[in-house]
Amino acid sequence: MKNIRELEAVATKIRKNIIEMSYLCKRAAHPGPALSCADIVAALYFRFMDVDSENPLKFDRDRFILSKGHASPVIYATLCEKGFFEKKEFNLLRHPGGILQGHPTFGSTPGVDMTTGSLGNGLGIGLGMAYYLKLKNQKSKVYVILGDGELNEGTVWEAIMYAPVKKLNNLIAFVDKNGFQSSGPCNDILPQRCFLEQFRSFGWDAIEIDGHNMNQIIDAIETANNSVDKPTVIIANTVKGKGVSFMENDNSWHQKILSEELYEKALSELSGV
Amino acid sequence: MGVVFDKISTRDAFGSALSELAREDENIMYLSADTINSVGGSLMHSEYPNRAINVGIAEQNMALMAAGMAASGAKVFIATYAVFASMRICEQVRTFIAYPNLDVKIVAGLGGLSGGIEGVTHQGTEDIAIMRAIPNMCVVAAADAASTKVITKAIAHYDGPVYLRLGRGPSPAVFDENYEFEFGRANVIRSYGNDVTFFSYGATINRCLQASEMLNKEGIYCRVIETPSLKPFDTEMVLKSVNETSLLVTVEDHNIIGGLGSAVAEALCGKNLTTPCLNIGLNDHYGVSGECEELLDYYGMSAESIVQKVKAKLK
Repeated sequence: MKNIRELEAVATKIRKNIIEMSYLCKRAAHPGPALSCADIVAALYFRFMDVDSENPLKFDRDRFILSKGHASPVIYATLCEKGFFEKKEFNLLRHPGGILQGHPTFGSTPGVDMTTGSLGNGLGIGLGMAYYLKLKNQKSKVYVILGDGELNEGTVWEAIMYAPVKKLNNLIAFVDKNGFQSSGPCNDILPQRCFLEQFRSFGWDAIEIDGHNMNQIIDAIETANNSVDKPTVIIANTVKGKGVSFMENDNSWHQKILSEELYEKALSELSGV
Repeated sequence: MGVVFDKISTRDAFGSALSELAREDENIMYLSADTINSVGGSLMHSEYPNRAINVGIAEQNMALMAAGMAASGAKVFIATYAVFASMRICEQVRTFIAYPNLDVKIVAGLGGLSGGIEGVTHQGTEDIAIMRAIPNMCVVAAADAASTKVITKAIAHYDGPVYLRLGRGPSPAVFDENYEFEFGRANVIRSYGNDVTFFSYGATINRCLQASEMLNKEGIYCRVIETPSLKPFDTEMVLKSVNETSLLVTVEDHNIIGGLGSAVAEALCGKNLTTPCLNIGLNDHYGVSGECEELLDYYGMSAESIVQKVKAKLK
Protein backbone atom coordinates (compact mmCIF):
# COMPACT_ATOMS: atom_id res chain seq x y z
CA MET A 1 0.00 0.00 0.00
CA LYS A 2 1.45 3.33 -1.03
CA ASN A 3 1.59 6.41 1.18
CA ILE A 4 0.41 9.87 0.16
CA ARG A 5 3.69 11.03 -1.32
CA GLU A 6 4.11 7.82 -3.29
CA LEU A 7 0.56 8.06 -4.58
CA GLU A 8 1.15 11.61 -5.73
CA ALA A 9 4.22 10.41 -7.61
CA VAL A 10 2.15 7.62 -9.21
CA ALA A 11 -0.49 10.15 -10.25
CA THR A 12 2.20 12.21 -11.95
CA LYS A 13 3.47 9.10 -13.71
CA ILE A 14 -0.06 8.38 -14.88
CA ARG A 15 -0.37 11.93 -16.18
CA LYS A 16 2.88 11.53 -18.09
CA ASN A 17 1.60 8.31 -19.59
CA ILE A 18 -1.60 10.09 -20.65
CA ILE A 19 0.42 12.79 -22.40
CA GLU A 20 2.76 10.26 -23.96
CA MET A 21 0.06 8.09 -25.48
CA SER A 22 -1.92 11.13 -26.62
CA TYR A 23 1.17 12.26 -28.53
CA LEU A 24 2.53 8.91 -29.69
CA CYS A 25 -0.73 7.68 -31.21
CA LYS A 26 -0.83 10.76 -33.49
CA ARG A 27 -4.59 10.75 -33.23
CA ALA A 28 -7.03 12.88 -31.29
CA ALA A 29 -7.49 11.26 -27.89
CA HIS A 30 -9.10 12.90 -24.85
CA PRO A 31 -6.27 14.15 -22.61
CA GLY A 32 -8.27 16.84 -20.76
CA PRO A 33 -10.93 14.60 -19.18
CA ALA A 34 -8.30 11.93 -18.46
CA LEU A 35 -6.10 14.32 -16.50
CA SER A 36 -8.96 15.51 -14.29
CA CYS A 37 -9.48 12.10 -12.68
CA ALA A 38 -5.86 10.87 -12.63
CA ASP A 39 -5.44 11.34 -8.88
CA ILE A 40 -8.55 9.33 -8.06
CA VAL A 41 -7.58 6.48 -10.37
CA ALA A 42 -4.04 6.47 -8.93
CA ALA A 43 -5.41 6.16 -5.40
CA LEU A 44 -7.81 3.38 -6.36
CA TYR A 45 -5.32 1.20 -8.18
CA PHE A 46 -2.27 1.83 -6.02
CA ARG A 47 -3.79 1.87 -2.56
CA PHE A 48 -7.19 0.22 -2.52
CA MET A 49 -7.99 -2.14 -5.34
CA ASP A 50 -7.21 -5.84 -5.30
CA VAL A 51 -6.31 -6.61 -8.91
CA ASP A 52 -3.71 -8.92 -10.41
CA SER A 53 -2.04 -8.32 -13.77
CA GLU A 54 -1.16 -12.03 -13.89
CA ASN A 55 -4.82 -12.97 -13.47
CA PRO A 56 -6.86 -10.01 -14.73
CA LEU A 57 -10.20 -11.85 -14.55
CA LYS A 58 -9.89 -13.38 -11.08
CA PHE A 59 -13.39 -13.53 -9.64
CA ASP A 60 -12.69 -11.95 -6.26
CA ARG A 61 -11.00 -8.82 -7.63
CA ASP A 62 -12.26 -5.30 -7.14
CA ARG A 63 -13.80 -3.73 -10.23
CA PHE A 64 -13.29 -0.36 -11.85
CA ILE A 65 -15.59 1.15 -14.44
CA LEU A 66 -14.65 4.33 -16.25
CA SER A 67 -18.18 5.35 -17.13
CA LYS A 68 -16.83 8.53 -18.75
CA GLY A 69 -15.09 6.21 -21.17
CA HIS A 70 -13.71 8.92 -23.44
CA ALA A 71 -11.15 9.52 -20.68
CA SER A 72 -9.71 6.12 -21.65
CA PRO A 73 -6.07 7.35 -21.53
CA VAL A 74 -6.30 7.52 -17.73
CA ILE A 75 -7.21 3.84 -17.35
CA TYR A 76 -4.74 2.76 -20.03
CA ALA A 77 -2.01 4.83 -18.34
CA THR A 78 -2.83 3.25 -14.99
CA LEU A 79 -3.13 -0.36 -16.17
CA CYS A 80 0.20 -0.03 -17.98
CA GLU A 81 1.78 1.29 -14.80
CA LYS A 82 0.26 -1.69 -12.95
CA GLY A 83 1.90 -4.09 -15.40
CA PHE A 84 -1.15 -5.23 -17.37
CA PHE A 85 0.52 -4.50 -20.70
CA GLU A 86 3.61 -2.84 -22.13
CA LYS A 87 4.09 0.79 -22.95
CA LYS A 88 4.67 0.09 -26.62
CA GLU A 89 0.88 -0.32 -26.93
CA PHE A 90 0.56 3.47 -26.53
CA ASN A 91 1.60 3.90 -30.17
CA LEU A 92 -1.43 1.98 -31.35
CA LEU A 93 -4.04 3.76 -29.25
CA ARG A 94 -7.03 4.24 -31.57
CA HIS A 95 -5.35 2.24 -34.38
CA PRO A 96 -6.37 -1.06 -35.99
CA GLY A 97 -4.30 -3.90 -34.60
CA GLY A 98 -3.78 -2.31 -31.19
CA ILE A 99 -5.26 -3.43 -27.89
CA LEU A 100 -6.24 0.12 -26.85
CA GLN A 101 -9.57 0.96 -28.45
CA GLY A 102 -10.78 4.56 -28.55
CA HIS A 103 -12.96 3.80 -25.57
CA PRO A 104 -12.35 1.10 -22.93
CA THR A 105 -13.23 -2.33 -24.23
CA PHE A 106 -13.71 -5.45 -22.14
CA GLY A 107 -11.84 -8.33 -23.71
CA SER A 108 -9.57 -6.08 -25.76
CA THR A 109 -7.41 -4.58 -23.04
CA PRO A 110 -6.25 -6.73 -20.10
CA GLY A 111 -7.48 -5.18 -16.87
CA VAL A 112 -10.45 -3.31 -18.32
CA ASP A 113 -13.40 -4.65 -16.36
CA MET A 114 -16.13 -3.46 -18.69
CA THR A 115 -16.77 -1.75 -22.00
CA THR A 116 -17.75 1.90 -21.64
CA GLY A 117 -17.77 5.08 -23.66
CA SER A 118 -21.37 5.55 -24.53
CA LEU A 119 -22.17 7.91 -21.68
CA GLY A 120 -24.68 7.17 -18.96
CA ASN A 121 -24.22 3.42 -18.81
CA GLY A 122 -21.39 2.68 -16.39
CA LEU A 123 -23.27 3.13 -13.13
CA GLY A 124 -25.97 0.63 -14.08
CA ILE A 125 -23.27 -1.85 -15.07
CA GLY A 126 -21.47 -1.27 -11.77
CA LEU A 127 -24.76 -1.72 -9.97
CA GLY A 128 -25.25 -5.12 -11.61
CA MET A 129 -21.71 -6.14 -10.70
CA ALA A 130 -22.05 -4.95 -7.11
CA TYR A 131 -25.36 -6.78 -6.68
CA TYR A 132 -24.09 -10.05 -8.09
CA LEU A 133 -20.76 -10.01 -6.27
CA LYS A 134 -22.51 -9.33 -2.98
CA LEU A 135 -24.97 -12.13 -3.68
CA LYS A 136 -21.96 -14.39 -4.22
CA ASN A 137 -20.54 -13.30 -0.84
CA GLN A 138 -17.56 -11.53 -2.36
CA LYS A 139 -15.82 -8.68 -0.57
CA SER A 140 -15.16 -6.98 -3.90
CA LYS A 141 -15.82 -3.28 -4.27
CA VAL A 142 -17.07 -1.76 -7.51
CA TYR A 143 -15.77 1.73 -8.27
CA VAL A 144 -17.36 3.81 -11.02
CA ILE A 145 -16.16 7.19 -12.27
CA LEU A 146 -18.78 9.39 -13.89
CA GLY A 147 -18.35 12.75 -15.55
CA ASP A 148 -20.42 15.67 -14.29
CA GLY A 149 -21.72 16.27 -17.82
CA GLU A 150 -22.57 12.58 -17.96
CA LEU A 151 -25.20 13.14 -15.28
CA ASN A 152 -27.30 14.71 -18.07
CA GLU A 153 -28.06 11.13 -19.10
CA GLY A 154 -31.31 9.70 -17.72
CA THR A 155 -29.92 6.18 -17.45
CA VAL A 156 -27.58 7.36 -14.69
CA TRP A 157 -30.58 8.33 -12.60
CA GLU A 158 -32.22 4.94 -13.06
CA ALA A 159 -29.14 3.43 -11.43
CA ILE A 160 -28.96 6.13 -8.76
CA MET A 161 -32.56 5.30 -7.82
CA TYR A 162 -32.04 1.57 -7.59
CA ALA A 163 -28.67 1.11 -5.88
CA PRO A 164 -29.84 2.23 -2.40
CA VAL A 165 -32.90 -0.02 -2.65
CA LYS A 166 -30.55 -2.99 -2.66
CA LYS A 167 -28.31 -1.48 0.05
CA LEU A 168 -25.24 -1.85 -2.13
CA ASN A 169 -22.51 -0.61 0.21
CA ASN A 170 -19.95 -2.18 -2.15
CA LEU A 171 -20.78 0.30 -4.91
CA ILE A 172 -18.77 3.52 -4.85
CA ALA A 173 -19.32 6.20 -7.47
CA PHE A 174 -17.22 9.27 -8.18
CA VAL A 175 -18.41 12.32 -10.03
CA ASP A 176 -15.39 13.90 -11.69
CA LYS A 177 -16.75 17.41 -11.46
CA ASN A 178 -14.46 19.31 -13.80
CA GLY A 179 -17.24 21.63 -14.93
CA PHE A 180 -17.00 20.95 -18.65
CA GLN A 181 -18.63 18.70 -21.16
CA SER A 182 -17.91 18.28 -24.85
CA SER A 183 -19.61 21.41 -26.08
CA GLY A 184 -18.88 23.78 -23.20
CA PRO A 185 -19.28 24.52 -19.49
CA CYS A 186 -21.79 22.16 -17.86
CA ASN A 187 -23.62 25.00 -16.17
CA ASP A 188 -24.26 26.76 -19.48
CA ILE A 189 -25.81 23.66 -20.98
CA LEU A 190 -27.81 21.87 -18.32
CA PRO A 191 -27.23 23.72 -15.06
CA GLN A 192 -26.11 21.42 -12.27
CA ARG A 193 -28.01 21.30 -9.03
CA CYS A 194 -26.28 20.25 -5.86
CA PHE A 195 -25.14 16.69 -6.55
CA LEU A 196 -24.63 16.03 -2.82
CA GLU A 197 -28.25 16.76 -2.01
CA GLN A 198 -29.51 14.97 -5.08
CA PHE A 199 -27.69 11.74 -4.30
CA ARG A 200 -28.58 11.93 -0.60
CA SER A 201 -32.25 12.41 -1.39
CA PHE A 202 -32.10 9.16 -3.38
CA GLY A 203 -30.60 7.34 -0.39
CA TRP A 204 -26.87 7.51 -1.03
CA ASP A 205 -24.10 8.56 1.29
CA ALA A 206 -22.38 11.52 -0.32
CA ILE A 207 -19.00 13.13 0.30
CA GLU A 208 -17.54 16.18 -1.42
CA ILE A 209 -13.79 16.55 -1.84
CA ASP A 210 -11.04 18.30 -3.73
CA GLY A 211 -10.38 15.66 -6.37
CA HIS A 212 -6.70 16.56 -6.57
CA ASN A 213 -5.99 16.37 -2.85
CA MET A 214 -4.65 12.89 -2.16
CA ASN A 215 -5.42 13.10 1.56
CA GLN A 216 -9.05 13.89 0.88
CA ILE A 217 -9.31 11.25 -1.82
CA ILE A 218 -8.00 8.55 0.50
CA ASP A 219 -10.17 9.59 3.41
CA ALA A 220 -13.27 9.62 1.23
CA ILE A 221 -12.58 6.18 -0.25
CA GLU A 222 -11.92 4.75 3.21
CA THR A 223 -15.21 6.17 4.46
CA ALA A 224 -17.04 4.79 1.42
CA ASN A 225 -15.44 1.37 1.80
CA ASN A 226 -16.70 1.20 5.39
CA SER A 227 -20.30 2.06 4.57
CA VAL A 228 -22.65 -0.35 6.30
CA ASP A 229 -25.67 -0.38 4.06
CA LYS A 230 -25.55 2.38 1.47
CA PRO A 231 -23.79 3.09 -1.79
CA THR A 232 -21.53 6.13 -1.60
CA VAL A 233 -20.88 8.88 -4.09
CA ILE A 234 -17.76 11.00 -3.88
CA ILE A 235 -18.24 14.34 -5.59
CA ALA A 236 -14.74 15.31 -6.65
CA ASN A 237 -14.15 18.93 -7.59
CA THR A 238 -11.52 18.76 -10.27
CA VAL A 239 -9.82 20.77 -12.99
CA LYS A 240 -10.12 19.58 -16.58
CA GLY A 241 -6.60 19.11 -17.94
CA LYS A 242 -5.09 19.19 -14.42
CA GLY A 243 -1.29 19.20 -14.31
CA VAL A 244 -0.63 20.66 -17.75
CA SER A 245 -0.86 24.45 -17.66
CA PHE A 246 -2.08 25.03 -21.18
CA MET A 247 -4.74 22.31 -20.87
CA GLU A 248 -6.18 23.37 -17.53
CA ASN A 249 -9.73 24.62 -17.93
CA ASP A 250 -9.24 24.92 -21.70
CA ASN A 251 -12.03 22.78 -23.08
CA SER A 252 -10.43 22.56 -26.50
CA TRP A 253 -8.30 19.82 -24.91
CA HIS A 254 -11.40 17.71 -24.43
CA GLN A 255 -10.19 15.99 -27.58
CA LYS A 256 -7.18 17.13 -29.58
CA ILE A 257 -3.91 15.95 -31.11
CA LEU A 258 -0.74 17.06 -29.29
CA SER A 259 1.97 18.73 -31.36
CA GLU A 260 5.58 17.77 -30.62
CA GLU A 261 6.24 21.16 -29.09
CA LEU A 262 3.29 21.01 -26.74
CA TYR A 263 4.07 17.40 -25.92
CA GLU A 264 7.58 18.40 -24.79
CA LYS A 265 6.16 21.33 -22.83
CA ALA A 266 3.57 19.14 -21.10
CA LEU A 267 6.13 16.51 -20.17
CA SER A 268 8.60 19.02 -18.83
CA GLU A 269 5.86 20.60 -16.68
CA LEU A 270 4.92 17.22 -15.28
CA SER A 271 8.58 16.47 -14.62
CA GLY A 272 8.82 19.68 -12.66
CA VAL A 273 11.56 20.97 -14.96
CA MET B 1 -57.58 -28.90 -39.29
CA GLY B 2 -58.95 -27.32 -36.13
CA VAL B 3 -56.91 -24.92 -34.05
CA VAL B 4 -56.25 -25.97 -30.45
CA PHE B 5 -54.78 -23.38 -28.17
CA ASP B 6 -52.17 -24.15 -25.51
CA LYS B 7 -53.33 -24.14 -21.91
CA ILE B 8 -50.53 -21.78 -20.95
CA SER B 9 -48.88 -18.84 -22.69
CA THR B 10 -45.34 -18.91 -24.08
CA ARG B 11 -44.45 -16.45 -21.32
CA ASP B 12 -45.57 -18.88 -18.64
CA ALA B 13 -43.88 -21.76 -20.43
CA PHE B 14 -40.68 -19.76 -20.37
CA GLY B 15 -41.15 -19.06 -16.66
CA SER B 16 -41.65 -22.72 -15.92
CA ALA B 17 -38.47 -23.71 -17.80
CA LEU B 18 -36.57 -20.86 -16.17
CA SER B 19 -37.46 -21.97 -12.67
CA GLU B 20 -36.21 -25.48 -13.46
CA LEU B 21 -32.98 -24.05 -14.85
CA ALA B 22 -32.53 -21.82 -11.80
CA ARG B 23 -32.56 -24.87 -9.57
CA GLU B 24 -29.83 -26.49 -11.62
CA ASP B 25 -27.54 -23.50 -12.05
CA GLU B 26 -27.03 -21.08 -9.19
CA ASN B 27 -25.39 -18.55 -11.51
CA ILE B 28 -28.67 -17.93 -13.32
CA MET B 29 -30.18 -14.52 -12.64
CA TYR B 30 -33.43 -13.01 -13.87
CA LEU B 31 -34.13 -9.29 -14.14
CA SER B 32 -37.37 -7.66 -15.12
CA ALA B 33 -38.52 -4.08 -15.53
CA ASP B 34 -41.87 -4.23 -13.75
CA THR B 35 -42.59 -7.30 -15.88
CA ILE B 36 -41.74 -9.98 -13.32
CA ASN B 37 -45.26 -11.40 -13.41
CA SER B 38 -45.98 -10.67 -17.04
CA VAL B 39 -42.84 -12.20 -18.52
CA GLY B 40 -42.43 -15.40 -16.59
CA GLY B 41 -40.42 -14.42 -13.50
CA SER B 42 -42.84 -15.11 -10.67
CA LEU B 43 -42.05 -18.81 -10.23
CA MET B 44 -38.32 -18.24 -9.97
CA HIS B 45 -38.91 -15.22 -7.75
CA SER B 46 -40.96 -17.27 -5.30
CA GLU B 47 -38.04 -19.67 -4.86
CA TYR B 48 -35.12 -17.28 -5.28
CA PRO B 49 -36.23 -13.74 -4.46
CA ASN B 50 -32.65 -12.48 -4.59
CA ARG B 51 -31.94 -13.99 -7.98
CA ALA B 52 -35.14 -12.96 -9.75
CA ILE B 53 -35.54 -9.24 -9.23
CA ASN B 54 -37.65 -6.39 -10.45
CA VAL B 55 -35.67 -3.20 -11.06
CA GLY B 56 -38.74 -1.06 -11.65
CA ILE B 57 -39.87 0.56 -14.87
CA ALA B 58 -36.31 1.08 -16.02
CA GLU B 59 -35.44 -1.20 -18.92
CA GLN B 60 -32.10 0.45 -19.61
CA ASN B 61 -30.96 -0.09 -16.04
CA MET B 62 -32.17 -3.68 -16.26
CA ALA B 63 -30.05 -4.28 -19.37
CA LEU B 64 -27.02 -2.57 -17.86
CA MET B 65 -27.28 -4.49 -14.61
CA ALA B 66 -27.47 -7.67 -16.64
CA ALA B 67 -24.31 -6.68 -18.48
CA GLY B 68 -22.55 -6.03 -15.17
CA MET B 69 -23.70 -9.34 -13.73
CA ALA B 70 -22.71 -11.28 -16.83
CA ALA B 71 -19.31 -9.57 -16.87
CA SER B 72 -18.94 -10.95 -13.34
CA GLY B 73 -19.79 -14.51 -14.35
CA ALA B 74 -23.58 -14.71 -14.14
CA LYS B 75 -25.93 -16.15 -16.76
CA VAL B 76 -28.65 -13.55 -16.93
CA PHE B 77 -32.16 -13.55 -18.35
CA ILE B 78 -33.73 -10.13 -18.80
CA ALA B 79 -37.41 -9.98 -19.57
CA THR B 80 -39.58 -7.25 -20.95
CA TYR B 81 -41.74 -6.67 -24.02
CA ALA B 82 -40.39 -6.94 -27.55
CA VAL B 83 -40.72 -3.24 -28.33
CA PHE B 84 -38.66 -2.32 -25.28
CA ALA B 85 -36.27 -5.25 -25.61
CA SER B 86 -35.43 -4.37 -29.20
CA MET B 87 -35.73 -0.59 -29.16
CA ARG B 88 -35.81 0.98 -25.71
CA ILE B 89 -32.64 -0.89 -24.75
CA CYS B 90 -31.23 -1.38 -28.22
CA GLU B 91 -27.99 0.42 -27.52
CA GLN B 92 -27.44 -1.23 -24.15
CA VAL B 93 -28.00 -4.59 -25.81
CA ARG B 94 -25.69 -3.81 -28.71
CA THR B 95 -22.81 -2.06 -26.96
CA PHE B 96 -22.77 -3.58 -23.47
CA ILE B 97 -24.18 -7.07 -24.00
CA ALA B 98 -23.54 -8.16 -27.59
CA TYR B 99 -20.27 -6.32 -28.24
CA PRO B 100 -18.56 -7.86 -25.18
CA ASN B 101 -20.36 -11.12 -26.10
CA LEU B 102 -21.83 -11.52 -22.62
CA ASP B 103 -24.08 -14.32 -21.48
CA VAL B 104 -27.37 -12.43 -21.40
CA LYS B 105 -30.65 -13.76 -22.75
CA ILE B 106 -33.11 -11.09 -23.78
CA VAL B 107 -36.59 -12.50 -23.39
CA ALA B 108 -39.15 -10.49 -25.30
CA GLY B 109 -42.82 -11.04 -24.57
CA LEU B 110 -45.51 -9.52 -26.79
CA GLY B 111 -43.51 -10.22 -29.94
CA GLY B 112 -45.07 -9.48 -33.30
CA LEU B 113 -48.76 -8.65 -33.25
CA SER B 114 -49.34 -10.47 -29.97
CA GLY B 115 -49.32 -7.12 -28.15
CA GLY B 116 -52.69 -6.97 -29.87
CA ILE B 117 -55.27 -4.82 -28.18
CA GLU B 118 -52.62 -2.53 -26.65
CA GLY B 119 -51.84 -1.20 -30.10
CA VAL B 120 -48.59 -0.19 -31.73
CA THR B 121 -46.79 0.88 -28.54
CA HIS B 122 -46.80 -2.76 -27.45
CA GLN B 123 -46.49 -4.55 -30.77
CA GLY B 124 -42.93 -5.59 -31.57
CA THR B 125 -43.03 -5.93 -35.32
CA GLU B 126 -39.49 -4.73 -36.14
CA ASP B 127 -37.59 -6.61 -33.43
CA ILE B 128 -36.20 -9.43 -35.56
CA ALA B 129 -34.76 -7.00 -38.09
CA ILE B 130 -33.11 -4.90 -35.40
CA MET B 131 -31.67 -7.80 -33.46
CA ARG B 132 -30.47 -9.64 -36.56
CA ALA B 133 -28.30 -6.65 -37.43
CA ILE B 134 -26.36 -6.85 -34.17
CA PRO B 135 -23.11 -8.87 -34.36
CA ASN B 136 -22.75 -11.76 -31.86
CA MET B 137 -26.50 -11.80 -31.28
CA CYS B 138 -28.50 -14.98 -31.81
CA VAL B 139 -32.17 -14.41 -32.65
CA VAL B 140 -34.73 -17.04 -31.79
CA ALA B 141 -38.53 -17.19 -31.84
CA ALA B 142 -40.83 -19.73 -30.19
CA ALA B 143 -44.16 -20.79 -31.67
CA ASP B 144 -45.99 -22.29 -28.71
CA ALA B 145 -45.66 -23.40 -25.09
CA ALA B 146 -44.02 -26.77 -25.76
CA SER B 147 -41.35 -25.34 -28.03
CA THR B 148 -40.79 -22.41 -25.67
CA LYS B 149 -39.77 -24.78 -22.89
CA VAL B 150 -37.32 -26.61 -25.12
CA ILE B 151 -35.88 -23.41 -26.58
CA THR B 152 -35.50 -21.77 -23.17
CA LYS B 153 -33.40 -24.67 -21.97
CA ALA B 154 -31.37 -24.77 -25.17
CA ILE B 155 -30.47 -21.08 -25.06
CA ALA B 156 -29.61 -21.37 -21.38
CA HIS B 157 -26.98 -23.93 -22.27
CA TYR B 158 -25.42 -21.59 -24.81
CA ASP B 159 -22.86 -19.09 -23.52
CA GLY B 160 -23.58 -15.79 -25.25
CA PRO B 161 -26.24 -13.21 -26.08
CA VAL B 162 -29.59 -14.43 -27.39
CA TYR B 163 -32.83 -12.62 -28.21
CA LEU B 164 -35.87 -14.82 -27.62
CA ARG B 165 -39.18 -13.66 -29.04
CA LEU B 166 -42.32 -14.85 -27.24
CA GLY B 167 -46.00 -14.07 -27.60
CA ARG B 168 -48.59 -12.93 -25.12
CA GLY B 169 -51.56 -15.23 -24.57
CA PRO B 170 -51.80 -18.99 -25.17
CA SER B 171 -50.71 -19.78 -28.74
CA PRO B 172 -52.17 -22.34 -31.11
CA ALA B 173 -50.51 -25.61 -30.11
CA VAL B 174 -48.19 -26.90 -32.83
CA PHE B 175 -45.52 -28.91 -31.06
CA ASP B 176 -45.18 -31.28 -28.12
CA GLU B 177 -42.47 -32.15 -25.61
CA ASN B 178 -40.52 -34.02 -28.31
CA TYR B 179 -39.77 -30.74 -30.06
CA GLU B 180 -36.10 -30.30 -30.93
CA PHE B 181 -34.19 -27.05 -31.21
CA GLU B 182 -30.74 -26.35 -32.52
CA PHE B 183 -29.18 -22.97 -33.31
CA GLY B 184 -28.99 -22.50 -37.07
CA ARG B 185 -31.33 -25.36 -37.85
CA ALA B 186 -34.77 -25.13 -39.46
CA ASN B 187 -37.36 -27.82 -38.76
CA VAL B 188 -39.31 -29.48 -41.56
CA ILE B 189 -42.70 -30.01 -39.94
CA ARG B 190 -44.79 -30.97 -43.01
CA SER B 191 -43.60 -32.42 -46.26
CA TYR B 192 -46.36 -33.16 -48.75
CA GLY B 193 -44.58 -32.38 -51.97
CA ASN B 194 -42.47 -30.15 -54.16
CA ASP B 195 -44.72 -27.29 -55.22
CA VAL B 196 -44.42 -24.78 -52.41
CA THR B 197 -42.15 -24.35 -49.39
CA PHE B 198 -43.43 -22.27 -46.51
CA PHE B 199 -40.96 -20.74 -44.08
CA SER B 200 -42.41 -19.34 -40.90
CA TYR B 201 -41.91 -18.95 -37.15
CA GLY B 202 -43.92 -18.04 -34.09
CA ALA B 203 -47.57 -17.08 -34.34
CA THR B 204 -47.92 -17.72 -38.07
CA ILE B 205 -46.68 -21.31 -38.16
CA ASN B 206 -50.10 -22.86 -37.58
CA ARG B 207 -51.54 -20.70 -40.33
CA CYS B 208 -48.99 -22.06 -42.78
CA LEU B 209 -49.95 -25.56 -41.70
CA GLN B 210 -53.61 -24.78 -42.35
CA ALA B 211 -52.82 -23.20 -45.70
CA SER B 212 -50.74 -26.19 -46.74
CA GLU B 213 -53.62 -28.55 -45.90
CA MET B 214 -55.98 -26.46 -47.99
CA LEU B 215 -53.56 -26.30 -50.91
CA ASN B 216 -52.95 -30.04 -50.76
CA LYS B 217 -56.65 -30.60 -51.30
CA GLU B 218 -56.36 -28.58 -54.46
CA GLY B 219 -53.40 -30.56 -55.69
CA ILE B 220 -50.74 -28.04 -54.73
CA TYR B 221 -48.30 -29.93 -52.55
CA CYS B 222 -46.45 -28.04 -49.89
CA ARG B 223 -43.83 -28.38 -47.24
CA VAL B 224 -43.77 -26.27 -44.10
CA ILE B 225 -40.49 -25.36 -42.45
CA GLU B 226 -40.27 -23.75 -39.04
CA THR B 227 -37.36 -21.35 -38.59
CA PRO B 228 -37.06 -20.80 -34.84
CA SER B 229 -33.42 -19.79 -35.27
CA LEU B 230 -33.51 -16.60 -37.32
CA LYS B 231 -29.85 -16.02 -36.61
CA PRO B 232 -27.82 -18.09 -37.12
CA PHE B 233 -30.04 -19.01 -40.04
CA ASP B 234 -30.34 -22.32 -41.85
CA THR B 235 -29.29 -21.14 -45.29
CA GLU B 236 -28.69 -24.72 -46.42
CA MET B 237 -32.34 -25.50 -45.86
CA VAL B 238 -33.30 -22.51 -48.00
CA LEU B 239 -30.99 -23.59 -50.81
CA LYS B 240 -32.24 -27.15 -50.59
CA SER B 241 -35.84 -25.95 -50.74
CA VAL B 242 -35.25 -23.61 -53.62
CA ASN B 243 -33.80 -26.45 -55.62
CA GLU B 244 -36.62 -28.80 -54.83
CA THR B 245 -39.76 -26.65 -54.96
CA SER B 246 -41.37 -24.16 -57.34
CA LEU B 247 -42.19 -21.36 -54.90
CA LEU B 248 -40.79 -20.15 -51.58
CA VAL B 249 -43.18 -18.36 -49.24
CA THR B 250 -42.23 -16.62 -46.01
CA VAL B 251 -44.92 -15.76 -43.48
CA GLU B 252 -44.27 -13.73 -40.33
CA ASP B 253 -45.94 -11.21 -38.05
CA HIS B 254 -43.12 -8.78 -38.61
CA ASN B 255 -42.29 -6.07 -41.08
CA ILE B 256 -41.41 -7.75 -44.39
CA ILE B 257 -38.23 -5.64 -44.28
CA GLY B 258 -35.44 -7.22 -42.27
CA GLY B 259 -37.20 -10.29 -40.92
CA LEU B 260 -37.47 -13.88 -42.14
CA GLY B 261 -38.24 -12.76 -45.69
CA SER B 262 -34.96 -10.88 -45.75
CA ALA B 263 -33.05 -13.77 -44.18
CA VAL B 264 -34.30 -16.06 -46.95
CA ALA B 265 -33.48 -13.46 -49.61
CA GLU B 266 -29.98 -13.08 -48.15
CA ALA B 267 -29.50 -16.82 -48.37
CA LEU B 268 -30.53 -16.80 -52.03
CA CYS B 269 -28.65 -13.69 -53.04
CA GLY B 270 -26.02 -14.31 -55.68
CA LYS B 271 -27.16 -17.85 -56.45
CA ASN B 272 -28.70 -16.97 -59.85
CA LEU B 273 -31.88 -18.82 -59.03
CA THR B 274 -35.16 -18.32 -60.79
CA THR B 275 -37.51 -19.76 -58.17
CA PRO B 276 -39.93 -17.01 -57.13
CA CYS B 277 -40.20 -15.94 -53.52
CA LEU B 278 -43.27 -14.49 -51.83
CA ASN B 279 -42.92 -12.52 -48.57
CA ILE B 280 -46.07 -12.31 -46.48
CA GLY B 281 -46.06 -10.12 -43.39
CA LEU B 282 -46.58 -6.47 -42.51
CA ASN B 283 -45.87 -4.46 -45.63
CA ASP B 284 -43.81 -1.75 -43.95
CA HIS B 285 -46.61 -0.32 -41.83
CA TYR B 286 -47.73 -0.31 -38.20
CA GLY B 287 -50.50 -2.41 -36.72
CA VAL B 288 -53.71 -1.35 -35.02
CA SER B 289 -55.37 -2.47 -31.80
CA GLY B 290 -57.07 -5.83 -32.01
CA GLU B 291 -56.84 -9.40 -30.78
CA CYS B 292 -53.73 -11.17 -32.02
CA GLU B 293 -55.43 -13.82 -34.13
CA GLU B 294 -57.83 -11.22 -35.47
CA LEU B 295 -54.93 -9.00 -36.51
CA LEU B 296 -53.15 -11.83 -38.28
CA ASP B 297 -56.30 -12.26 -40.36
CA TYR B 298 -56.66 -8.51 -40.79
CA TYR B 299 -53.17 -8.25 -42.25
CA GLY B 300 -53.56 -11.02 -44.77
CA MET B 301 -52.17 -13.91 -42.79
CA SER B 302 -55.30 -16.03 -42.51
CA ALA B 303 -54.93 -19.48 -44.07
CA GLU B 304 -57.41 -18.49 -46.76
CA SER B 305 -55.55 -15.33 -47.61
CA ILE B 306 -52.21 -17.16 -47.71
CA VAL B 307 -53.75 -19.75 -50.05
CA GLN B 308 -55.04 -17.02 -52.36
CA LYS B 309 -51.66 -15.28 -52.48
CA VAL B 310 -49.84 -18.52 -53.20
CA LYS B 311 -52.22 -19.47 -56.00
CA ALA B 312 -51.94 -16.01 -57.55
CA LYS B 313 -48.17 -16.27 -57.46
CA LEU B 314 -48.18 -19.73 -59.01
CA LYS B 315 -50.35 -18.61 -61.95
